[in-house]
Amino acid sequence: MKINFKLNGETVSAEISPSDRLLDVLREKFDLTGTKEGCGEGECGACSIIIGGRLANSCIIPAFQAEGVEIETIEGISKTDMGKVIIEAFADCGAVQCGFCIPGFVVAGTALMRDNPSPSREEVVTALSGNLCRCTGYEKIIEGVLEAAKRLGEGK
Amino acid sequence: MVVGKRVRRVDAVAKANGEAKYVSDMKMPGMLIGKVLFSKVPYGRILRLDVESARCIDGVHAVLTSRDVPGKNNCHIVFDDMPFLAENEVRFYGQAIAIVAAESEAKAFEAIEAIELEIEPMKPLVDPERYSDSESPLLFGKDNVFSHHKIRRGDIDRGFSECEAIIERTYLTAYQEHAYLEPQGMLAVPSAEGGVDVYGTMQCPFYVHGAVADVTGLVQSKVRIVQTTTGGAFGGKEDVPSLVAGWASMLALSSRKPVKLILNRTEDFFSMSKRHPSRTRVKIGATATGVIKAAEIDILFDAGAYSTLSPVVLWRGIVHSCGPYRIENAKADARAVATNKVPCGAYRGFGSPQTLFAIESAIDELAKELEMDEIELRKINHINEGDETVTGQILSDSVGLQECMDKALAQSDFFELREKLSRETGPIRRGVGVSTIYYGVGLGAGGTHLARTGAYISVQPDGSAHFAVGTTEMGQGMRTVLGQIVAEAFGIDYERVYCLPVDSSRVPDSGPTVASRATTMSGRALLAACGMIKGNIARVIADEFGTKAVNISFGEGKVFRADEPSRFISWESAVEKAFRAKAGLAVVGHDSSPPTSWDEKTGHGDAYVVFSWAVNVAQVAVDTRTGVVSLEKLWAAHDMGKAINPQLVEGQIEGGSLQGAGYALIEEYLIDESGIPMNPRFSFYHIPTTADAPEIVPIIVEAAYKDGPFGAKGFGEQPLMGIAPAVANAVYNAVGVRFREQPLIPERVWAGIKEKNHEN
Repeated sequence: MKINFKLNGETVSAEISPSDRLLDVLREKFDLTGTKEGCGEGECGACSIIIGGRLANSCIIPAFQAEGVEIETIEGISKTDMGKVIIEAFADCGAVQCGFCIPGFVVAGTALMRDNPSPSREEVVTALSGNLCRCTGYEKIIEGVLEAAKRLGEGK
Repeated sequence: MVVGKRVRRVDAVAKANGEAKYVSDMKMPGMLIGKVLFSKVPYGRILRLDVESARCIDGVHAVLTSRDVPGKNNCHIVFDDMPFLAENEVRFYGQAIAIVAAESEAKAFEAIEAIELEIEPMKPLVDPERYSDSESPLLFGKDNVFSHHKIRRGDIDRGFSECEAIIERTYLTAYQEHAYLEPQGMLAVPSAEGGVDVYGTMQCPFYVHGAVADVTGLVQSKVRIVQTTTGGAFGGKEDVPSLVAGWASMLALSSRKPVKLILNRTEDFFSMSKRHPSRTRVKIGATATGVIKAAEIDILFDAGAYSTLSPVVLWRGIVHSCGPYRIENAKADARAVATNKVPCGAYRGFGSPQTLFAIESAIDELAKELEMDEIELRKINHINEGDETVTGQILSDSVGLQECMDKALAQSDFFELREKLSRETGPIRRGVGVSTIYYGVGLGAGGTHLARTGAYISVQPDGSAHFAVGTTEMGQGMRTVLGQIVAEAFGIDYERVYCLPVDSSRVPDSGPTVASRATTMSGRALLAACGMIKGNIARVIADEFGTKAVNISFGEGKVFRADEPSRFISWESAVEKAFRAKAGLAVVGHDSSPPTSWDEKTGHGDAYVVFSWAVNVAQVAVDTRTGVVSLEKLWAAHDMGKAINPQLVEGQIEGGSLQGAGYALIEEYLIDESGIPMNPRFSFYHIPTTADAPEIVPIIVEAAYKDGPFGAKGFGEQPLMGIAPAVANAVYNAVGVRFREQPLIPERVWAGIKEKNHEN
């Protein structure tokens, strides 16, 4: 079957089978490998994307659900102003270690700050609680999001 | 000075924006997908293994079993007991039996399904305590014991006779899964001239190199190993990547096509290594004034079906089993025994978290028996510079324990805090606990034959420099830290230095990236290489300055006469002159670790080149109605000699501490009584999330190590090691119940509190 959707701002289409996962379509058909597979069951958040404006785990979404929807991956988000600021803040705060989970955190942080441009620490903790990281202990990731929010606020 | 600065990680942006390539992100023309048929029987005889129909499926290019292994079907680690592919029997749920390569993942699954396999189940050995029972199967040697290490020091009978208080306790610890976010995976590419290049996620490229040559039968010179961006490891990518690389390489050579083999999370859980479950009995006694006189310790590690790294994991476990204390009389025995379960191996701390949970809990229990403060008891017995460790090693320098203790107590305001929390009432009770630990840096006497490193540096004509080492970046920040060391040695900007990916064809065998050794040991090799290049440049410049090469110094972008610093030229001009003079600007530096020693009969010797030290103060809240324990705040003081990059040091403390908190409170990989794994996935094996993370106060202590680069010594494993006992001690402080079994899950804590209330 063929699906049409908007991917990082461009209208695209893909030939898929009904059992394909959205994650595999993004990675294999569009070479968007910044979206990672960490668990395959929606637990770790390494495959986080924004679909129809909402944060989601692409490993548990059937690809056909992308039909007619707008999807953003790390490759698109990293080119937005907000994405760039988050990435710079992560680098400055020491939020990145092995990095496998980090694109997912950038996506989750973006989803949070689009709704809530100046989140409290508690709100950041809650918003990132669906993404697993095994290296950092999360502290510097949380700091990174708070720092990005501050920089974005100052930029206005 | 760039050493000591919080410079940005070299790899941060490329990882954050998704451009960094992990092995699963790689593609090659004509690439096939590899899959493994794993045993679902914990112990059994293979009666039939027929792959003919699988081989006939269109799009399937290779189906291999042990009969097709071109080289040796033996993955050498310490002993030689583990096959790449099962031969006549399977010994654990998750053991590889056959491998396939096909044009798509679906085809590969189809091939796996088509393999005809019949296994006659046998009664497995699951409980490690039954390793010597007559009805237990014999899995290794004559008694199922992979290794037995000993420490014999002084006379424990005399020591115990001098004690006022003696306690005897047993402590249990569970499996822990590394839960690196990137699963295991390799991409093997056959070369046109008969060799193989292997790309993948790994800690130890030279282990993989040897293993691939062994299993394929290729000469080592035709095998090339390239580490791809590695998504966490923590010991979990020390030995087992050799298996994955072996499978991928055999498939690639058989099919003559690139083969990518990535494990899914559940496969990774049930087939790859874990932290050993353990049982440790501690008998320890002290005089009325709190001087510890004797300790007797018996350790049992459940090693699983094959020996893998158990002999050396166990060795580190026993060396650390008496804690950082002066103990004149000690007897310790440690055994790693075979069971029909997944082989356990390396995991951050490497056998020491188990024994430290025991000894650091026991110290608190001994203090209670003596009616003495547990801090006081520790201080009386803490080891200091000039003292001997339990293995008889005299500590000559770099003992930061006292400073860690002082700072952790001061910053947490420990005594005040403990007093304040003890006055709280209600269903949620709070308490604080401590642990004091040490960590032997590097491989030590357990791995002297591997204790070497090499480093290649090439200064480019424009004065920038790139370098390559044989130890790996897996997230800890090694590439950044080593870049700072090279920049400092040449006196140039950090931005002009670049660390290349690890490629086994570019650098000499540098041993494994384990034992917190990369900064120290690769740092030493890099400094050796920098010294050679600086010597070569100095010889060219010396003539011009009318002096000898030894009088030429480097720093702040300049090359100058040491005795007359106003006579200088810029680093760039010096490099240009040296380049024109055809001086050697690309060299390989070598290092071998300072000596260590060990007597296997007595457990006596200089076990490690140096030790790192740590003190943890944990504050917990225990909900007495539910048994839920929250680690609220942690003060973690660590001595690493010199923080080359304090931000990365904090990252190690915060990350390692949270892994330790998971180990203390929630993580428990379960294998049932028949040998079947019960929770091989993230929805049932929980690791901490942002919501579980305590506030962590990292405290940096720098007791310089004279042989380390700029005084640094390794410590990356240490943050995990002392959390479980600090938490158990804090829970005791909060509710007066001693938990001797980790993790402190709510069911266990709730039952313990209920039992205590019942007794009262």
